[in-house]
Amino acid sequence: MSAPSDPRTMGTVVDSRRERLRRLGPWLVLGLTLAVLCVLPFEMRPYHREMTMVFFINLIMVTSYRLITTTGDWSFAHIVLMGAGAYGAALIAKHAGLPFGVVVPMAGIVAALVGAAFIVPLLRTAGFGFFIASFAFGELVRLIWVKVQFPFGGARGIINIPSPEILGLKLGSSIPYYFTCFIVALISLTILYRIDKSRMGNAWKAIHGDEMLAECVGINVAHHRSFAFITGAFFAGIAGGLLAFHMGAIDPRNFDLTQMVYLIIWVVVGGAVTFWGPIIGLIVVTIAFEWTRPLLEWRPLMFGAILILFLIFLPGGLESLLPKIGPTLCRSPVEQLARVRRWLTTFVART
Amino acid sequence: MALLETKGLSKHFGGLKAVSDLDLSVEEGEIRGIIGPNGAGKTTLFNVISGTYKPTSGEVFLNGERISGLRPSRIAAKGGVRTFQRTALFKDFTVLQNVSIARHLLANESLLGAVFGTARRMEKAHEARALEILEFIGLADIKNELSHNLPHGHQRALGVAMALATEPRLLMLDEPVAGMNPQETARMTELIRKLRDEWKITILLVEHDMRTVMGLCEYITVLNFGHKLTEGAPKEIVSNQEVIEAYLGSDNILEDDGFAS
Repeated sequence: MSAPSDPRTMGTVVDSRRERLRRLGPWLVLGLTLAVLCVLPFEMRPYHREMTMVFFINLIMVTSYRLITTTGDWSFAHIVLMGAGAYGAALIAKHAGLPFGVVVPMAGIVAALVGAAFIVPLLRTAGFGFFIASFAFGELVRLIWVKVQFPFGGARGIINIPSPEILGLKLGSSIPYYFTCFIVALISLTILYRIDKSRMGNAWKAIHGDEMLAECVGINVAHHRSFAFITGAFFAGIAGGLLAFHMGAIDPRNFDLTQMVYLIIWVVVGGAVTFWGPIIGLIVVTIAFEWTRPLLEWRPLMFGAILILFLIFLPGGLESLLPKIGPTLCRSPVEQLARVRRWLTTFVART
Repeated sequence: MALLETKGLSKHFGGLKAVSDLDLSVEEGEIRGIIGPNGAGKTTLFNVISGTYKPTSGEVFLNGERISGLRPSRIAAKGGVRTFQRTALFKDFTVLQNVSIARHLLANESLLGAVFGTARRMEKAHEARALEILEFIGLADIKNELSHNLPHGHQRALGVAMALATEPRLLMLDEPVAGMNPQETARMTELIRKLRDEWKITILLVEHDMRTVMGLCEYITVLNFGHKLTEGAPKEIVSNQEVIEAYLGSDNILEDDGFAS
């Protein structure tokens, strides 16, 4: 046994404390973020509250989309699967009169079923072929919505979707629906995160890494690619259900190519390797979107430029910067202060 | 009953008969070598047995059960697993994670299990087993290294460790010592012998390194143009006139290695 004054034991004490801080840090950040998001709606202007609501819905979209890409399948049909959920929710709510709490999970199931129908033929494709074929399937479904009057309402879509209610509690107005979206997004992201970190999530990444090797060590590649796609589709459907109730009316244009391109931009800007990459991308692009509202006509050009610049200069997205700035952010406040003081003294000494 | 049996097995690519009407029978507990000149169909045979290719005709039986036409993951579940001639590993994962992923079949995790993390105790057992395998292979010290940072010999050994993680009865090794230096080769040879002697795993081995094949295998099958040329003990093989002709004068290689009588 060594005495407490032993420098080695001192080192481990400091190390373990730092280790604990490092492990606690992310939880503190998460807790703080959630607390802010709980207070925020009461302080916000309605416009910003609506925007944050859509942000929550997009959060489910971008995270579920990333889950599919972990197997190496880049789908171009994710927005249409969201649409399947939205149409499903709208039709069920209007014609069957079921309550909101039942309709949203059912929207997920509808999208999962459509996704299951897509993935069977899509399994025969990979890489760029998968991308193009999924686009074709998506457009096929979207054109059905445009052309078929009953029950989809053709190009004008579905209007008068009943406003959401849970156990007699009206969620239609701004603040309750904000919290509805908030909670659904929180649950969805928790589930998606758990899947990503599980053995199954690792198997999906292994398929992306080396499909033939994965199959030979016992991972049924076709089964797991389908599973990832259908799980992603389910959450896209949930997001679609939330969107349908939020807008009260939907039409095929809500789920067209432009929307899909935005989804791709979020992922390219943020990166898709880690769970947090697409979320960072979504936050940054959403803020950029708001700042450039006066330049509305220039927006397609700007976002095209952003896409190209990121693909050339930062192909890993913003998340690839995290390992570089991470250590700096993780330093303790005392160390940060010491750094600032050191910097100031050298600065003063130079002048 | 033989552990592995092929009956009239053929694999054609257009007009090319890579494997042609091949009957093969490997007993439990054997270390069987498969040799032949380049393009003799050795790797194709592996691909057909492991399920990577579907045979054009003929059948494969593992432990009496027909496995031809099944997916590789199903064949792995039945106890037949192969390694690759190329260096094949999941390069973004650590050594331990690589072996852990190969426990996929035995872990058999459901989606709900993934979300709620119910299989935690099972995961502990899988990790313990993965560590045991790494210990055996000699990679336990570097279990947390990223696999693509390892030297070539270690990467090849990791490939074997991953195959072992599926708990196979039949292990098919495609050129296990290719590109290895003499020390690495000796270590791998020793390892393969131990797998058979101590772990009771039947080994099927494709290899170009004659010294390794002759030293390791009790019985050797020689392929040429997809056909079985001959079979026999190493001593019979090196003195077989047909084999020497098939290698087109490379009998000198055999003599250099000191195995020809």
